[in-house]
Amino acid sequence: MGVYETQGFKLDNTGKRVVVDPVCRIEGHLRVEVNLDSNNVIRNAVSTGTMWRGLEVILKGRDPRDAWAFTERICGVCTGTHALTSVRAVEDALAIRIPENANTIRNLMQLNLYIHDHLVHFYHLHALDWVDVVSALQADPKATSTLAQSISSWPLSSPGYFRDIQNRLKKFVESGQLGPFMNGYWGNPAYKLPPEANLMAVAHYLEALDFQKEIVKVHTIFGGKNPHPNWLVGGVPCAINLEGTGAVGAINMERLNLVKSIIDRCTEFVEQVYIPDLLAIGSFYKGWLHGGGLSSKNLLSYGDIPQLANDYSAANLLLPRGAIINGKLDEIHPVDLKDPEQIQEFVAHSWYKYPDETQGLHPFDGVTEPNFVLGPNTKGTKTNIKELDEGAKYSWIKAPRWRGHAMEVGPLARMVLGYLQPKAYPEIHGLVDGALKHLDVPVTALFSTLGRTAARGLETAYCVKLQSQQFDKLMANLKAGDLNTANIEKWEPSTWPKEAQGAGFTEAPRGALGHWIRIKDTKIDNYQCVVPTTWNGGPRDHKGQIGAFEASLMDTPVAKADEPLEILRTLHSFDPCLACSTHVMSPDGQEMTSVKVR
Amino acid sequence: MNPKKILVLGIGNLLWADEGFGVRCVEALNASWQFPPQVTLMDGGTQGLYLLPYVQEADCLLVFDAVDYGDTPGDLREVVGDQVPRFMGAKKMSLHQTGFQEVLMAAELTGKLPAELVLIGVQPEELEDFGGSLRDVVKAQMAPALNLALDWLERWGAAGRLRESEAEAITDAALAIDLYEGERPPADQAYRLGDARFLNLEAA
Repeated sequence: MGVYETQGFKLDNTGKRVVVDPVCRIEGHLRVEVNLDSNNVIRNAVSTGTMWRGLEVILKGRDPRDAWAFTERICGVCTGTHALTSVRAVEDALAIRIPENANTIRNLMQLNLYIHDHLVHFYHLHALDWVDVVSALQADPKATSTLAQSISSWPLSSPGYFRDIQNRLKKFVESGQLGPFMNGYWGNPAYKLPPEANLMAVAHYLEALDFQKEIVKVHTIFGGKNPHPNWLVGGVPCAINLEGTGAVGAINMERLNLVKSIIDRCTEFVEQVYIPDLLAIGSFYKGWLHGGGLSSKNLLSYGDIPQLANDYSAANLLLPRGAIINGKLDEIHPVDLKDPEQIQEFVAHSWYKYPDETQGLHPFDGVTEPNFVLGPNTKGTKTNIKELDEGAKYSWIKAPRWRGHAMEVGPLARMVLGYLQPKAYPEIHGLVDGALKHLDVPVTALFSTLGRTAARGLETAYCVKLQSQQFDKLMANLKAGDLNTANIEKWEPSTWPKEAQGAGFTEAPRGALGHWIRIKDTKIDNYQCVVPTTWNGGPRDHKGQIGAFEASLMDTPVAKADEPLEILRTLHSFDPCLACSTHVMSPDGQEMTSVKVR
Repeated sequence: MNPKKILVLGIGNLLWADEGFGVRCVEALNASWQFPPQVTLMDGGTQGLYLLPYVQEADCLLVFDAVDYGDTPGDLREVVGDQVPRFMGAKKMSLHQTGFQEVLMAAELTGKLPAELVLIGVQPEELEDFGGSLRDVVKAQMAPALNLALDWLERWGAAGRLRESEAEAITDAALAIDLYEGERPPADQAYRLGDARFLNLEAA
């Protein structure tokens, strides 16, 4: 492909090629290839999902009321979000209205999932891109204690506590089993934290590991079964009886009080641990503002958390909906999932076949026909690709576009959309503004890897607030005597029209998620999912426009070409989950990321 | 003394043919047998860290899974103790194993790895059949696998008895094996193959 310009980036694939495959610490399978110039700056980036996805086709002919149970199985991280999106799609198709309580309980489950997912992402999947675990062994526990107490009133902060943590870590490292800390590029110059900050972060890594299990109990309470909660077209599958007793049967006050106590503990942990850590780590990295990619130009969110049931208009959503294009931050475009001109998927560079590959297809008309062919400039063979040819087809992910634009989705999109609408979203505006002031950086700093990571944390702080509000709303409604949780008027297929179609949306923790369903003679006729990592991780389109991952790597300097820490840091900041944008299978025996420099 | 807390976990993605072995085993165990209250049977699917709390709480953990040991398809193996985490990570054929190995490491890091670990694994025949179910050689090993598990449970002081009434299903009814197999769309409508798993296979 040589050299060309697109979306304000100058792509040049003539330099040294670095291949990272697979990108570890993500759910799923992702490979990236970049070209470095003579100064080790990334001048071309190629992101590819290396596995075929085909959830849509196995749903054909099945009962629409069961689709959620299948979609829940695509992926191990957004389980509940897929299920929620699926029941919303079916409800939309069949014009089923859900009770107020059902909406609120779904909101609580969705917010709870955000908090869990964001926290686990920050501490267990992403922190190690910023935190040098081995350096924590050099820390002075006393100075660590001073540091911790200077940023938060969290009680676990004594010198003795940090000394214990350090000893545990030491034992772990000395036993040679670095465990979850394997595969780190420890000592790489791209790590900027002093040893004490590293030790504090390791301590909180362990605390978060212990705490995360408490968070998900909310799902067990409302969803019954765990780890795969139950969902229901028409509402939620849990009855409520405030006077009841015990831990089984209808939800009673005892269990609602447990929900309340978990919500309070989430708030405490997020406000006293997560946010202070984020700001502390951010303050050491605020000079490293690479990785913005498309975020300063094109952002998309479908919005979520409807305040009132059955109203999915933008004004009723507590997480904002909208699209920003071409960097025009003063113009927020409305988004409609059913408009055939808005969301379209392209396959010119994807391993699928369309009749005309210069045209995109709206998900209602989506086609998923595989076509695995390699371009003439591929190096290697079909079973052992050394270098992909990005001039041809090169990914199992399709390239979705909004009105023809490649978009970034995720917490950064949601927080920027909220920040830009202070009247409608004063809490989001306040959180973002506060963080920018604390770090003393301009708004443009948001458009970076660090900004993406910060947005996720700030969103978590917003979600714990919403979680409390939604809980109060639920209690008020229950106490007013409304115990209804499900509408089964249209449960029987005999009440359905002969043909129907609908779209369901959520904001998954990692971004906009849509399911589109066509029902014919009471069975699923077509089902399409466009998942967040398809938006972010998709390849080029027929015009050569690059996707969000690819754009985010552009122009980033890499300290050591054979230790692509900067690449991982930026990709992880999206919280990618390839398991559902492709499927859940990885190649034999591949334990370590291989990095090839050619 | 309180009885040992026991977790019987089936893991894997049931949408991928023999990958569903673990989940199908725990589903079948639950359908035919009942156990004392200290035993939890769980369909773990492909959930990673979500499973950690259940693992941390257990004194004894028994896992059913499809594992690539390099054996003949359908071969059953029992792996015990320290060997379990190593086997889970030896040859990862699926993402859920990466996730589950992480769960075991996290349990260890927090000092809460179950004292007894058992993995009952089958060598899969076919994974590349999206929407498909267990192959015959693998399905035939469900009964022997269940017997091995029942022996362990008995050893751990939690012998099972045959169920007298119908059990509450562990997986959602829509995914129960009969419905799952019976309602599968025909191959001409629903492409079934995985990709060639080409990248990395011969990476050298």
